[in-house]
Amino acid sequence: MPENTELTRSEPERGGSVHAIAPLVDIREDADGITLLADMPGVSREHLDVRLDGDTLAIEGEVEIAAPNGMRAIWAEIEAPRFRRTFTLSRELDAEKIDANLKDGVLTLRIPKQPHAQLRRIKVDVE
Amino acid sequence: MIDAVFYRPTGLLEQLETLHRSLARSFATDGRPDAIRSVAAGTFPAINVGRTEKSIEVYAFAPGLKSSDLTIEKGVLRISGERETPSANEQGGVQVYANERPMGRFTRAVSLPEDADTEVVDAKYRDGVLRVSIGLKQAAKPQRITVQ
Repeated sequence: MPENTELTRSEPERGGSVHAIAPLVDIREDADGITLLADMPGVSREHLDVRLDGDTLAIEGEVEIAAPNGMRAIWAEIEAPRFRRTFTLSRELDAEKIDANLKDGVLTLRIPKQPHAQLRRIKVDVE
Repeated sequence: MIDAVFYRPTGLLEQLETLHRSLARSFATDGRPDAIRSVAAGTFPAINVGRTEKSIEVYAFAPGLKSSDLTIEKGVLRISGERETPSANEQGGVQVYANERPMGRFTRAVSLPEDADTEVVDAKYRDGVLRVSIGLKQAAKPQRITVQ
């Protein structure tokens, strides 16, 4: 396991004139890669955008909730229509092989490590 | 669309506010969302409430629910439930870099208005949003009194 895995740096949201909320995330590293979970309630697959630009990973989603005609707001704790957050990926990760899954508003990203960075167990032969 | 009802548009003042909060946030160590009216830490799920002529709509933003339990008692809608707790499926050798998402059990309560008709309730869960629609008692039509 590499010692200084400068895994990810979370950067403040940038760009866009629309107010966006940074989704809460869990990030875990195991021997073979990284698993990132992000809470993005109200985001369906059509409105989810996972983008990789060099070593910057951006997750963005537009919130859509079914609102009947003529509804007026009484209480709003979620006031922005968008989630957005960016991360810098460490070079050990094989960003080309990202796997993304969205279910019930939870985005799960699985990013494997480059083969050379994966933990290899070396079997010792005992004579 | 959320922006039709709940969205606060960003005028110049709001943009200055957002800039100020972004600057303050770069020194913060937690990544909590900074909605304009931030909920206290540990308040999950976030809730929006809207009203039409015929219903009260309560939206609870609760992604990844394992189970949920809704009750209405004495005019209070109580939303309880449970989210996954990851430690159950973790093996040794996992390094945690961020653990921001609330886990485990939660409860939130919403006071319903007096004209709520708690007999008429409908709940749907989609894309992590729990939507509870409660009917409103329609006001009796005003009576016309003829003066002799």
